[in-house]
Amino acid sequence: MSAAAPAAAGTFDCRDAYVRAVEELAEGDDRIVAVVNDSVGSSKLGKFRDRFPARLINVGIAEQNMVGVGAGLANGGKIPFVSAASCFLSARALEQIKADCAYSQQNVKLCGISSGVAYGELGATHHSIEDIAWLRAIDKLTVIVPADPWETAAAVKAAAGHDGPVYIRISRMPVPALPRPEGATFAIGKAETLRDGGDVAIIANGTLVHRALDAAAALAAEGIAARVINMASVSPIDAEAIAAAAATGAIVTAEEGLAAGGLGGAVAEYCAEHHPVRVKRLGFPGFLPTGSPSWLMERYGLTAEGIAAAARDLVTAKSL
Amino acid sequence: MMGNPDMVDVAASADRRDSLAARAEFVRERANWMRRRLLKMIVDAGQGHPGGDLSSADIVACLYFDILRIDPKVPAAPGRDRFVLSKGHCTGVLYTALAGRGFFPEAELDTYLKPESRLNGHPNRTYLPGIETNTGPLGHGLPVGVGVAVAGQIDEAGYRVFVLTGDGELQEGSMWEAAMFAGHRGLGNLTVIVDRNRLQQGARTEETNALEPLADKWRAFGWDVVEVDGHDHAALLAAFDDAAAARARPRVIIANTFKGQGVSFMRDQAGWHHGVPNAEQYAQAMAELEAEMSR
Repeated sequence: MSAAAPAAAGTFDCRDAYVRAVEELAEGDDRIVAVVNDSVGSSKLGKFRDRFPARLINVGIAEQNMVGVGAGLANGGKIPFVSAASCFLSARALEQIKADCAYSQQNVKLCGISSGVAYGELGATHHSIEDIAWLRAIDKLTVIVPADPWETAAAVKAAAGHDGPVYIRISRMPVPALPRPEGATFAIGKAETLRDGGDVAIIANGTLVHRALDAAAALAAEGIAARVINMASVSPIDAEAIAAAAATGAIVTAEEGLAAGGLGGAVAEYCAEHHPVRVKRLGFPGFLPTGSPSWLMERYGLTAEGIAAAARDLVTAKSL
Repeated sequence: MMGNPDMVDVAASADRRDSLAARAEFVRERANWMRRRLLKMIVDAGQGHPGGDLSSADIVACLYFDILRIDPKVPAAPGRDRFVLSKGHCTGVLYTALAGRGFFPEAELDTYLKPESRLNGHPNRTYLPGIETNTGPLGHGLPVGVGVAVAGQIDEAGYRVFVLTGDGELQEGSMWEAAMFAGHRGLGNLTVIVDRNRLQQGARTEETNALEPLADKWRAFGWDVVEVDGHDHAALLAAFDDAAAARARPRVIIANTFKGQGVSFMRDQAGWHHGVPNAEQYAQAMAELEAEMSR
């Protein structure tokens, strides 16, 4: 499948950063365990298994049991990283995520691998575009969508240090390393303003953040100053960052997921109640046609060009 | 197996030097008290699940008042035995057992189901000490119990994990996902008790989606199986004692019970899955239970 294509020069598969971070954590803390559903390979946990064989718990193809076992391991004092294709983890085990992890406040780290449309041509059963909408509706569950390898590793470490259930989306679609100031830090609930600008704000996460930066660069050439916010933490969300975005008078959201209910939904909810402002949500409309990941992203405007066009429209509408 | 260094065994009620008969008599009194107390809770609250509470009261009394190594003063001690109420709707037995063991004041039982009570209609570990996981939707407790048992297996900890499931609950696929994995892992620290009252909410299990041959199903999944009379305290205690022995396989105790056990008009009646006795029925139920106690 196209998702398995090697990353282009200068781009990275975030699963590599994920497994390195989990292995580093495991070296220093024997409470760290990994739980998988026959997904050692797709989670890239082969090396973890070789290094820590007793701490790799493979339940086989059984997602409900996988998440319940994760909650039980947390009860037994472990810090489980439950790793599975996000389409199956989030959908098949949704009630276990709600009841056993979130409602029970168990210290489980749920890692949704190959999220969004990474499985491209395999179709809607294997796309995980509803996960953020579903999971951000669950109380007391932290939801993080990292944008690059650095943020993936930082989110994994933050999750390990956070006492409570966390869902982290681990992208498989190659992404570049984002430019960041020296000493940048990651904090749950805190957005990252990657570019300042007062004409329009682009709020993105995951694989859309580097596209948002490219869009902002293109807009700058036209004299439009776009603020770019990386909203990796969807729940809890950074209300101050949304308020600052709303102050520009126009917001575009962009995510590798449903346009309704996910990051865009969260931003629109907040703005409607606190800072009424035009919000254009970029994302997928629903079940998608057959196509490669990159074809699907282009087809639905989840590109630098698509984001720039949406931003341009909002800026024009503001001046009318 | 290592010992249980984190645990101070204060199960004072369970002095192992006592004879089995003396232990059974102690538990019989406690189970009778639980039945009377939970019926009062249900009558006061105007709702509840008396049928399954009464079928499982003897099982839960044996565990809480004899078998489990738990300390109400240190409810989250890492080395504690775990009890998971997979049939989460039977809070009557769980709350009376926890109160009876001193996890919270007995008077708090009077708040059952009242606004903002810690005694929710299904157990919540963030509300009350002594609860391991929040159950309610069926099919959740066994996977969680399996996870705790895996942690204990990895750590070579000495604690044991007990999961009480309804029989109708075994129609949930997640229970068999967990059973298969427990058999595969050889979780000798895990004991499941099936409250085999043969009734689910609306009808008999065998008329709805038959479970039999139930023992064969568990054996096929790699479990040791024992069947007991789930209202015979000595038989239950003996089965639990045996479950304490070092094992290489998980163990299921199929406890043959009657829904509504202890109250003649509720016994073996699907209609009392949930339901509230009226004043006359309540008086009769209490009279029957008091008579049983003084026999």
